[in-house]
Amino acid sequence: MPILEVKNLSVAFTQYTTGFKQKSHQVISDLNVTLEAGKILAVVGASGSGKSLLAHAILGVLPTNAKVSGSMTYVGEELTHARKIALRGKEIALVPQSVNYLDPLMKVGKQVRTSVRTGDPKEAQKNVFERYHLKPEVEGMYPFELSGGMARRTLLSTAIVSGAKVIIADEPTPGLDPTVMKEALGNFRELADSGCAVMLITHDIDSALSIADEIAVFYAGTTVEIAPVTDFTGKGEALRHPYSKALWRALPQNDFIPIKGSQPHSSALPPGCLFEPRCPWATSDCRKGRPEMRELRDGTVRCIHAT
Amino acid sequence: MQLEARDIGFRYGNGAWLFRGVNLTVKPGEIVGIVGPSGQGKTTFARILAGFEEPIEGTVTLDGFSVQNKGYYPVQLVFQHPEKAINPRWKMHKSLHEGWKPDQALLDTFGIEREWLTRWPGELSGGELQRFCVLRALGPETRFLIADEMTTMLDAITQAQIWHAVLEISRKRNMGIVVISHEAKLIERLCDRVIELV
Ligand SMILES: Nc1ncnc2c1ncn2[C@@H]1O[C@H](COP(=O)(O)OP(=O)(O)OP(=O)(O)O)[C@@H](O)[C@H]1O
Ligand code: SF4
Ligand SMILES: [Mg+2]
Repeated sequence: MPILEVKNLSVAFTQYTTGFKQKSHQVISDLNVTLEAGKILAVVGASGSGKSLLAHAILGVLPTNAKVSGSMTYVGEELTHARKIALRGKEIALVPQSVNYLDPLMKVGKQVRTSVRTGDPKEAQKNVFERYHLKPEVEGMYPFELSGGMARRTLLSTAIVSGAKVIIADEPTPGLDPTVMKEALGNFRELADSGCAVMLITHDIDSALSIADEIAVFYAGTTVEIAPVTDFTGKGEALRHPYSKALWRALPQNDFIPIKGSQPHSSALPPGCLFEPRCPWATSDCRKGRPEMRELRDGTVRCIHAT
Repeated sequence: MQLEARDIGFRYGNGAWLFRGVNLTVKPGEIVGIVGPSGQGKTTFARILAGFEEPIEGTVTLDGFSVQNKGYYPVQLVFQHPEKAINPRWKMHKSLHEGWKPDQALLDTFGIEREWLTRWPGELSGGELQRFCVLRALGPETRFLIADEMTTMLDAITQAQIWHAVLEISRKRNMGIVVISHEAKLIERLCDRVIELV
């Protein structure tokens, strides 16, 4: 059952450069994702492709100068800005990419306790700290006293105790040792198995494969493919979009061979397919307009030539 | 030129030792990986190698000589966050040309487009900025590069592009590299040998 649906989301920023010239940045274009109860959707893709901005759009924390269009629904009802604010941290929780999201002036034990909504906050906080190997004295520390890894575990704890139905985790694992990382990933799986919908944004495709059900691949502010995890194997033959294939093959455990060029800048997007300038399959038809997302085998793809 | 760290020990103030008795020798053209649990001081060790931090115990030498404060330091460090390494009030050409002036062929190797040079850092993505940080560190006098989680925040294609460019330079100039990364598969792919910081 879909819990959260994002439809045709577009986000743009207007930037004033010298001499009052305006420059428009189209950072997300026509993006669709669906989060389902009991499922983990991993989001991977190019750096700067809009992954964090999607998370911020869902939570209603985009900067005020962002121009947003499209619609979102939460359990079938429209997710308005007011509703986002009401649900934030309660029904929908964020594990942010930057550890700067911790309140610098509040002891971390207290920060975690204020997120607990049912049961004894003290008890819940102690349990979750134990689970993440945060020693009892960490409770009384301020964020600046934590190492990067400890701060991440604190952020994770906050989301876990909230009892939220939708968890959006933005790069929750860099800086964690393999053991703690495995445990954190296991917790996301448990949360999903207990009925939550989880969106896991990560550069670590291996981690994503170990726990996710589906993977969404982002490029230049939109999804180019959504595929079951089992398609990420071999030389990427089962993948649908040429960018997904290229991303998969560039991994150090695969060919480690990159395609040329870089993602188009948000102020100068190509008129047709956003991948066209780098695509080995491109034809003149690809320049005629943005391909629609279409179903193909067990997934979806935004490419007119994919088979 | 050979980079040698002998019996290095470090701690902050009177705290516990982060590490002690660490030895590392890097020969020209050699690529050595450093792994270890988080919080163990890998970044601190990288800063010591690059001359940003004095070790409490031990010495860092180049061909047997200590090399503090002698102009351009032949050991250059690139770390995880390019946005913290670039002056936000300078256009990109100024940041890039601060130390030396790479030619067009090198810009091409690193996939840096001419037009990016006229932009402000805030107008480039993390991956684009990191290409500048790496190229800036690779002046003609650089003999060793210390890469501390250099491509951790980048996607796999950008990561592979940057590493291929760096490896090409390492081969041409016989430059040694120290790679610090949590990503075991990257270390395995790049390094001739690996040491563990414990
Ligand atoms: N406030 C803003 N004004 C203008 N552009 C912005 C703003 N915030 C983000 N952007 C741009 O939007 C694009 C998407 O950014 P976002 O942070 O979502 O990327 P990401 O996919 O999360 O990347 P990473 O993998 O590096 O975390 C980037 O080009 C970024 O420079
Ligand atoms: S639509 Fe054309 S340019 Fe775009 S990915 Fe498909 S083949 Fe390549
Ligand atoms: Mg991000």
